[in-house]
Amino acid sequence: MILGWEREVLKQAIENLGNHTIQGVWRIGFACRFFLAVLLHSGTAFRRFGLTIREMYFTGVLSLIIILVSGLFVGMVLGLQGYETLQRYGSESALGTLVALSLVRELGPVLAGLLFASRAGSAITAEIGLMKTTEQLSAMEMMAVDPLARVVAPRFWAGVISMPLLAALFSAMGILGGYLVGVRLIGVDEGTFWSQMQGSVDFTQDILNGVIKSVVFGLAVTTIALFEGYDAPPTAEGVSGATTRTVVTSSLVVLALDFVLTAFMFRGLN
Amino acid sequence: MNRTVLDLWVGLFVIAGIGALLFLALKVGSTSTINAADSYEVTADFQNIGGLKPRAPVKSAGVVVGRVADIRFDNEKYEAVVTLRLANRYAFPKDTSAAIMTSGLLGEQYVGLEAGGDSQKLKDQDRIMITQDAVVLENLIGQFLYGKAQEGAAK
Amino acid sequence: MQHDTLVEIENAVFGYGARPVLKGVNLTAKRGQVVAIMGSSGCGKTTLLRLIGGQIKASQGTVRVAGESPGELDRTGLYRLRRKMGMLFQFGALFTDMSAFDNVAFQLREHTDLPEDAIRDLVLMKLHAVGLRGAAHLMPAELSGGMARRVALARAIALEPMLVMYDEPFAGLDPISLGVTGNLIRRLTDTLGLTSLVVTHDVQESLKIVDYVYFVSEGVIMAEGTAAEIRASGLPYVHQFVHGESDGPVPFHYPARPYADDLGLGEGSA
Repeated sequence: MILGWEREVLKQAIENLGNHTIQGVWRIGFACRFFLAVLLHSGTAFRRFGLTIREMYFTGVLSLIIILVSGLFVGMVLGLQGYETLQRYGSESALGTLVALSLVRELGPVLAGLLFASRAGSAITAEIGLMKTTEQLSAMEMMAVDPLARVVAPRFWAGVISMPLLAALFSAMGILGGYLVGVRLIGVDEGTFWSQMQGSVDFTQDILNGVIKSVVFGLAVTTIALFEGYDAPPTAEGVSGATTRTVVTSSLVVLALDFVLTAFMFRGLN
Repeated sequence: MNRTVLDLWVGLFVIAGIGALLFLALKVGSTSTINAADSYEVTADFQNIGGLKPRAPVKSAGVVVGRVADIRFDNEKYEAVVTLRLANRYAFPKDTSAAIMTSGLLGEQYVGLEAGGDSQKLKDQDRIMITQDAVVLENLIGQFLYGKAQEGAAK
Repeated sequence: MQHDTLVEIENAVFGYGARPVLKGVNLTAKRGQVVAIMGSSGCGKTTLLRLIGGQIKASQGTVRVAGESPGELDRTGLYRLRRKMGMLFQFGALFTDMSAFDNVAFQLREHTDLPEDAIRDLVLMKLHAVGLRGAAHLMPAELSGGMARRVALARAIALEPMLVMYDEPFAGLDPISLGVTGNLIRRLTDTLGLTSLVVTHDVQESLKIVDYVYFVSEGVIMAEGTAAEIRASGLPYVHQFVHGESDGPVPFHYPARPYADDLGLGEGSA
């Protein structure tokens, strides 16, 4: 009797796991199809670039403050911590290298991606989800205007264009922050700071790879945000749930993608 | 939001973003990869390269003249074969020597070239004959202690 | 008045998943008429509109709008047909990021190459027709429910469609807005030569303005007739609906087990 009961619970648990797996794979499949559909409907986003520019204001310009301020602080912390560690080995002169490499390779794209996901991604999901809930998307479709082309694609491209710019700004601000703390505050030699940095940061290897990373993150975050919004159940809870999922999923995807990309870019070459 | 104000902001944003990219490209980074068209390759064999890595600088008299292009292990001579890519505008005599040096005590390792006196110059795919291995700290300390011990024994 | 048939639905069957919603519906709307589709909530009225708009496809039977069948058309054909249809969604579904003016101008800008001053004149004409020319600059959030409905109506007729569908145009309106909206539907139908399909459960208001009424219940047309015929109808269901009685053919209780069983008073449960 008891054995039967336990077996039932176990069966239930395995069934649940199976169910979640199937659901998960379905969603990934839908998201991929959605991504392709957005690419196919991108004509309007470029023909009427004004639409994309408008969305760049919301995704890019409005994310500027958080990106610039965070970048500055992260750079300043790097300057302090890096100096603390490096001076134990008498290598304060490598501070510029440390700050620049960490920012350009990793922290710039990744942190900008995470901030972008929570600032712009959640806003996109909420907006699209609300448009769906209030039947604005259906209305558009009934007016013979494809929401994928008119609403989704411009936001997609705005995100993809904004993201590398934001990441570059983040890195630049960070280096500025590291410079302020390292050179202005602590007194590392200014010439050494910049020349060591220039000597060890490579344009293609480091900067270009960082830009590629940020473009990939931009693609991933905007696709997830748009998909979650487009797919949200048309209720208030549905939209709020989708917004949360956007932030969680895209943050995880950014970090996972970062690992994969780093492995390809920096490991594969040595 | 007025259309023109919006355009202006986006314009400023794009300019700032591109400016940041340029700053990174020009002020922070440098293109260390010498392009293949105006450079030549020479090889040098070392018994021990220490911590030398591809893309490490090749310096002569302290000036960067090239980069380490490739490091292989020669399974017949049991030696490391280091390929150096040098810029065309720098020509070195055939009897130039290569040494693996360290900038500072714990700094990065680089290849130092010391020009010889030969009138013939190194050409593409030539081999640098005189090489000096990397100084391995453990060996150095070992030698030092051994020397001290011998000194002590001689007394 | 020209009296040929614009919308013709023959024996349409449709279900969401396994749940049948429409089980063989016949309906015709003639040009220039205001036709009401009534029935209790959840009986498939909105589904009928979606069939006509081509958002879903009947599993059996035919749907014809101006001789074309929206479910069979390809995307281009469907969009071409939809340009001749307008739809007023339940709560207006105005685009929340655009002013009333831009909402009405939306289709003109999307589908025509008219110069901006021609669009301006047309939009102001439409807004004038619904009495909101003065509210052109307001955002949807600044409009009352009734005004938003009227702006949405102006938007629905922006391209001079031949058919306008209204999904619950009277829901949630105060008595004054109710009367205004009802009169607008009638007046616009007559002056612009439209055909109007009104899905509603507001009997009193709609009986004042419609030419013909269909009663939908449990997926079939239960009764049909002119407003006078419906008011005089002796059918118990129609009588209950028109007079708003709480019990009748549509039972007050959702189908359930016998009350006594649920309370544990039945014989078998102890």
